Parts: sequence; structure tokens; C-alpha cells
Amino acid sequence: MDTAGFCTQARVLIVAGKGGVGKTTVAATIAQMAATAGLRALIVEIEGKSGLGAAFGHEDALDYAEREMAPNVMARTVTPDFALVEYLEDHGLKRVSKRLAKSGALEVVSSAIPGIKDILVLGKVKALARDDAADLIVVDAPAAGHAITFLASARGLLDAVRVGPIVEQARDVDEMLRDAARCQVVLVTLPEETPVNEAIETAFALEDRIGIQLGPLVVNAVYSHLDLDLSALDMPGLDPRDADALRAAAEFRLHRQELQATQIARLAESLPLPQLVLPQLFTSAIGKAEIDELANAMRDRVAELPAVRV
Amino acid sequence: MSAVKELAMQRNVVVCCGSGGVGKTTSAAALAVEAATLGRRACVVTIDPARRLADALGLGELTNEPRQVEGPWSGELWALMLDTKTTFDALVTKYASDPAQAERIISNRLYRNVSGALSGTQEYMAMEKLHELYATERFDLIVIDTPPTRNALDFLDAPRRLTKLLDNRIFRLLIMPTSSYLRAVSAATQRVLRTIARVVGAEVVDDAVAFFEAFEGMEQGFRERAQAVIELLSDDATAFVVVASPRRDATAEAVFFADKLVEAGLGVDGVIVNRMQPTYGDRDIALPPDASSALRLLAANRDSFEALAASEHNQLADLRAAAGDAAISYVPMLLDDVHDLGGLDLVRAHL
Repeated sequence: MDTAGFCTQARVLIVAGKGGVGKTTVAATIAQMAATAGLRALIVEIEGKSGLGAAFGHEDALDYAEREMAPNVMARTVTPDFALVEYLEDHGLKRVSKRLAKSGALEVVSSAIPGIKDILVLGKVKALARDDAADLIVVDAPAAGHAITFLASARGLLDAVRVGPIVEQARDVDEMLRDAARCQVVLVTLPEETPVNEAIETAFALEDRIGIQLGPLVVNAVYSHLDLDLSALDMPGLDPRDADALRAAAEFRLHRQELQATQIARLAESLPLPQLVLPQLFTSAIGKAEIDELANAMRDRVAELPAVRV
Repeated sequence: MSAVKELAMQRNVVVCCGSGGVGKTTSAAALAVEAATLGRRACVVTIDPARRLADALGLGELTNEPRQVEGPWSGELWALMLDTKTTFDALVTKYASDPAQAERIISNRLYRNVSGALSGTQEYMAMEKLHELYATERFDLIVIDTPPTRNALDFLDAPRRLTKLLDNRIFRLLIMPTSSYLRAVSAATQRVLRTIARVVGAEVVDDAVAFFEAFEGMEQGFRERAQAVIELLSDDATAFVVVASPRRDATAEAVFFADKLVEAGLGVDGVIVNRMQPTYGDRDIALPPDASSALRLLAANRDSFEALAASEHNQLADLRAAAGDAAISYVPMLLDDVHDLGGLDLVRAHL
């Protein structure tokens, strides 16, 4: 499948997964891959974390205004508080919105309505998609358990509240989430037992409870396969201390490679979705160079996918 | 500098904090095992343990009360998995003047949302559970795993949050008897309420009013309880341990946590860095000039781990600075993922 085709299957891609699996890195990677294919990408960050800017080599935190991360890659935040104030303003309540926020009444009300903040955030994402803010909008979603709550918010509200503009908003969001041509979820996981379990559980929860289309799975930080041959250590002239160090490093790599392969196979068995495998990078600080490297790797994996809609 | 695991012997409460996916639950469990091994009665309160670890701890099914875990230790190990809703219901029942009031609150829709979804409720209930367990005096050490929250000190603010909600002026005015209500509620307040009703529907406002009516008279109990939790957290017998992994975003979060704990006057007593890349040998590899390609590949493999370890080491400079005098323990990336008591022993050896 060609990159542009892959990136335009749905306007909105929601990147979800357990904490620590590299969601933000993958969101940046997908956006960079789309940009390289000539598309305009917009990354939406909803938790106000700092990692995304750093991945593109920027020091400052993101804010509500779009900022260029790289050519054709923009990023911004959509936090619940801003989304709420904007929503009230759009509904002719500009004058009272500040007072509402100040009185604390909003906190009470948002506590009273399940998921209202999530719906407003998703409503804003929907509006960005409708207004053609970018060819591809990549949403860096909250960690897995919260991602389910986040994406189930519209369903929950429709069950709990019957009338009012907020219900219309929830209905619109629900429609978008269940339309595979508009919105898909990319689940990210690591090739380890616990993250794989969680990815499987999340995948079923998202399909069953929300009816959202799952795009390919991204398996992050996978060792590229090395055929390490320990018999090569039997060489005259190699210091025994060096031989020991190389043997220990090789045993670690071989053991971990095997564990990863087992987990990737288990993931494939449990979830019949295409997998995009990203390489383990030997650095703890992901910056622009690493994002470019990962975007190239992802493009190669996408090219291997069959040219049908997933 | 002492080791983090000494806290398991010295303290009565250890609070583990950190972002998601850094091995917080595993670290908390390992500290509790350490205490049990030292002959103490330890209880670990976990939020969301991985399934096999939960099984290993005898938490196969959700249980909100401590269960004893059998093992080769002279002390006792207990474990429980926090159930936010059940804990909250118990708290309401405790402070309600009679069962009817408790029932009115528990069946109210706003309460159901608050107890399940109000941001910080899980943190609040974790602290509530801590207080409850502490008060029983059944344990010498309680290790508590906090939810992976982006808002660093949610678990400290959480007890205050509900009392703040209960103090909301607009809703206090609403539940006054009608005559004084008419006098007291200003035109501005009425406008605010009408606005809310217009946007979210009148039923939500009705629910809110019913909720505040139901809570009438209980605020004092909640407030005192919140104060008691704060005092327990501030006690010298309570330790805070920040858990991190050596990735940039995780260390940034850990530094943020450490700073906030210091700011709050609580301080950091220990830092655990999990998933460190092990290194192999302590010198550059001297390959013979006629080394085979297979041997060069083995050297390249070892070098890639060296590069990662060096990158991690640089990454941790800020965290070491933020930790101040606190003990720091580094736990290497183990050969296998940790999901049983044997794995916990391996982690424990590095604490």
C-alpha cells in the first residue's frame, strides 16, 4: 500500500495504548510519514504532556494555537477546559462562560455528566476534521484504560442524558467514531507480555463497546533480528574478558528477541489486524533524527501491506 | 547513601508514584515482599496490576479487602486491589446519619458519576484506603501504588477536591429553604443556572440539587477525614518513592514529581529507576584484526547496548539532581518480564 493512500484512509487517527509504550513517539512518526508523502498532518495532544515537542526538537510546551513541528507537521493541544469554553462561546454563551468557569459550577456540572469533557475534546477534533484543518489528524490519546473511557464518552452520555445541545454533540462524535472512513484507532504496544495483554483487551473493548474501526497495530521497540553466532567467540587472539562480555550481550539479545517473537506471534493470533513493527532504537531520548528514522521504517512496513482497505 | 529497600524496614507507609508503564506496581510489590522477608506484616495496595502479577499475589479476582499471600517469608504479605466505587460507598455509609441518607446518595446519578469518574476520585480513594488500613494497626508497612496520573500530586489534592465540590456556593444556595433561597440567590446566579440547564438539560441540574441535599450534614466528617489523610502523608513514618524508567519523558515526569513532593514539604525518600539497559564488560572490545563478520556482529550488538546505556545514564542526570539525598536504586531490564514472586525477588535484589 502506498503511504499517501494509507494516511488518507480516515481523516482522524487516534493513537492509543498502555502508558509507556511510546504513543507520543508513534503519533509523531505517523505524522512525519504523512508529511513526507506530501500530506498536511496535524497532531492533537490532549493531556498537555511535554513529549511531543521534544520529539521534534522543540523546547516549549504545546498550546492551543497550532505550531509547526516540521514541514507539513503541525501540532496543538485540545484540552477539555479550552474545549468547554470554546463550546460555550460557539453556543452564544460567551458572556457567561467566564463566570461559569469562575464560580466552580462548571466543575460540578462536568462531574454530573459522564464524559462531557471527553466529548468536548472529541467534538473539537471532529470540527477540525470538518474544517479541513489537515489531511490527516493524529490524536495522541490517553493511556489504554482511560482511552476506553475517553472514546466511550459519547455512548455513555447518550445513555444518560436525553436532550440539549450537548446530546447533539455526543451524537455527532459517536457517528464520527463509528465511521471507519472518518476515524480509526491505531493501537500501540510493546512486544512484552503485559502490554500485549492490555492491547488485546483494549482492542476488544473498543470494537465491542464503541464500534470503532481498528487500523493496524503498531508494535514498538522491536529488536531487528540478528543471527548471532556464539561459536564465533572461539577465536585465538580474542581476550577472554571481551569474549565473556560479547557472550553475555548476545545471550541477552537472543533471549529478548525470542521473547519478542513469541509475544508478536501471540498478538497476531489474538488480533487479526496487520502489524507495523518499529525498530528498537538504541537511545533513550527520541528527537527529530529518530522520528525520521522511525517514519522511514513505518513507510517500509506500510509498503508491505496489501493494497486493500484494512 | 542508603538503599531504597531500607525504607521497607524503617517506615510504616511507602507511597510509590510515577507515570504509567515504568514498573510502579512491580516496585511496590517488591518492597512489600522485602518487608515480609524481614519479618514485618506488609500490605501492598495496587491499582491495576498486570494479570499474572495479580495472580501471583493471589488477586486473581477483584478484591477490595487485603488477602494474605503465602510465601517463604517470616513475616506476612497481604495484597489488595483497590476498588474505587466500593471504597467510596463505604465512606458514604460511614458518614451518613442513617442508612436512608446513604442510600439516597449512593443511588443519585451525580454521585454515581462522581464516584466512578470525577478526576482524582481514584487517587482520593487510594488515600482513603491507606488511612483505613493504617487505622486497623494490622500492618507494620503499607505500600501503596498510586494511579498513573499526569497530574503529579492529584493524590494529595484529591481528598480536598470533594470537600471543595461540596462547598460550591451556587449549589449551597440552591438547597436552602425556599424563602431564603429567593432572597439569597442573586439574579446573576439564576442566570448561571439557567445557562447550565440550557446547555446540559434541566435533569442534570436537578440531579445536582438532589446530590447536595443528600449530602447535607456530612461535609464535616469528610473534611476531618481529608485532614487526617494529609497528616498521615506528612508523618515521618511515611516515605515517598518516585519510580521512573530511563526514557526521556519518564524521567521528565519523575523530576516533576520529585519537585512537587519537595514543594509540598513531603520530600522524596527514594527513587527507583526500572528497565535500565545492562552493560557487558567494562572496557572497549579489542577485536583481533582478522575478526570474522560473525564476531564483528557480536561486537556491534554489544556496542548498541553500550550506546543505549550511556544515553540512559545522561538522561538520568536531572533526576539524580532532583532526588537530592534520597536513595536511588537502578533495576536492570531483566531477561524475562516480571510476573511472579521469583521475578519480584530479582527486582528486590536491586532495590
